[in-house]
Amino acid sequence: MSVRITGLSRRFNGQAALDDVSLEIARGEFTALLGPSGSGKTTLLRVLAGLDFPDAGLVEIDGRDVGQVPARERRVGVVFQHYALFRHMSVAENVAFGLRVRPRATRPAAAEIDRRVRELLELVQIPELAGRFPDQCSGGQRQRIALARALAIEPLLLLLDEPFAALDAVVRKDVRRWVRGLHDRLGITTILVTHDQEEALELADRVAVLDRGRLAQFAPPATLLEAPATAFVAGFLGEASCIPARLSGGRLESPLPGLAAPPAWPDGALRLFLRPHEVAVEAGPGPGLVRMVHPSLGAGTRVVLELEGHVLEGVVPPGLPVPERGGPCGLRALAATAFHEDGSRARLA
Amino acid sequence: MTNLDRFLDNFFNARIAAQWAPKILDGMGVTVLLAIAVIVAGLAAGLGLAVLRAMGVRVLNWAIIFIVDLFRALPPLVVIVLIFFGLPAIDIQLDGFWAAWLALSLILAAFAEEVFWAGITSVPKGQWEASRSLGLGFLVTFFLVVLPQAIRMVVPPLVNRTIAITKGTALASVVAVPEILGAAQSAVSHSFNATPLTMAAAAYLALFIPVVLAGRWIETRFAWKR
Repeated sequence: MSVRITGLSRRFNGQAALDDVSLEIARGEFTALLGPSGSGKTTLLRVLAGLDFPDAGLVEIDGRDVGQVPARERRVGVVFQHYALFRHMSVAENVAFGLRVRPRATRPAAAEIDRRVRELLELVQIPELAGRFPDQCSGGQRQRIALARALAIEPLLLLLDEPFAALDAVVRKDVRRWVRGLHDRLGITTILVTHDQEEALELADRVAVLDRGRLAQFAPPATLLEAPATAFVAGFLGEASCIPARLSGGRLESPLPGLAAPPAWPDGALRLFLRPHEVAVEAGPGPGLVRMVHPSLGAGTRVVLELEGHVLEGVVPPGLPVPERGGPCGLRALAATAFHEDGSRARLA
Repeated sequence: MTNLDRFLDNFFNARIAAQWAPKILDGMGVTVLLAIAVIVAGLAAGLGLAVLRAMGVRVLNWAIIFIVDLFRALPPLVVIVLIFFGLPAIDIQLDGFWAAWLALSLILAAFAEEVFWAGITSVPKGQWEASRSLGLGFLVTFFLVVLPQAIRMVVPPLVNRTIAITKGTALASVVAVPEILGAAQSAVSHSFNATPLTMAAAAYLALFIPVVLAGRWIETRFAWKR
């Protein structure tokens, strides 16, 4: 179902957790809410679920204003960060619970509920766990149980609150690809809350980046990387290092050689964002001080270095000699994204 | 007669023991009855109060907290004596057994209410929220999701409190209830020998060691780590 949020604000003790957020999510879309902790992403999810209420603004689900609709009538499935499974019920009872407690008029027959629970447990690939209790299941299994429980009520909208945070790195990758595959099969509009950019960029059709309660940018992953709307987005995504610079008299004053001044910008302070592959590092004398060296497959050797007090990451192209840790190195910028203090953005090369 | 003989004759006298054993056994029966009645009434009332308190009616909660704090603060013996000697003044005549039962039940209810309440508030907020987003209302969530978990979380402190209060049944001897201690004391004053007290101690051990063991079993069987 489609979701439209207009001018949403929420304050806690005078602090704005959400500040005039507007966004529109299409039916069947997989959206990620991405931001550091305290950016308001979980507050936004809770408002959508009906667990928290905004101070101002409008939330419409499928064209219906849900401002006064309590959580239990919204048909929004939620997978909570720590899953919040009912530990006194078996896995099958957990999944069946949302159906069993419905009023008689809308409750499916007992046999129908059993059939649906079996189907859901098969869908999330844990039919063998039906009789166990949550405490007897692993993290990955609990996550699937939580998902099956959320899907049991046939939600119009599925909300996932950091659902992969409690899983170890290897399981996490598997599970998140599987979740995306499940979304593609079921087609339920899904919103994922995460602070992990890799997760958001891999899973979502579009990503909403939140910065201290404000929507910084809402765009497909590729657009976020290629054309970040604000300095915050540029710095938050894609492992970019940030270097301050100045424009004076049309000349770029930067500790990093290799960049031309952006045309037609007024003088003032700039911030340059450079991804590792945009900084070429070479062994030998130079202004850089090598802090760490770690080889990476195919793409050359990654080097963490210090330049006039700023830490940045660069790459030694494959086949060239690698500088030593603790020693000097030369470096050159190949490209960068620049933000002027007035907010305008340019690609430099 | 050596000191040891005198001691043995006074505390471990076989003839006296045989003579008063039926009385002590009767006393055990009374103690068991009183203890069971107190446990049932006290725990049920405590749970009921905790559930009422969870409904969040402010005035009612003040009253509950006041009553609970009152009975947690008063010494059990004082409550027993107050009920036994005080209630007749308003024409409620309880015999010793029911006066002791009422007093100990009120005290157990007060402590149990606090324990259950602690359990209810320590069920994570996420459980409420998960339940609400599955479409459940307040009462269904409370009775089917929160309360069952709360009860299992508080099994250990509840077992402790229950054991402590059932030992308080010995206080009923003050209001002439012929439970173990009462029976033993009257035997002592008739026989001029302390052997019935030794028997009383043995009877308490015989009763309460199994209760303590049962408590341990209940804890391992039903309790949850938090």
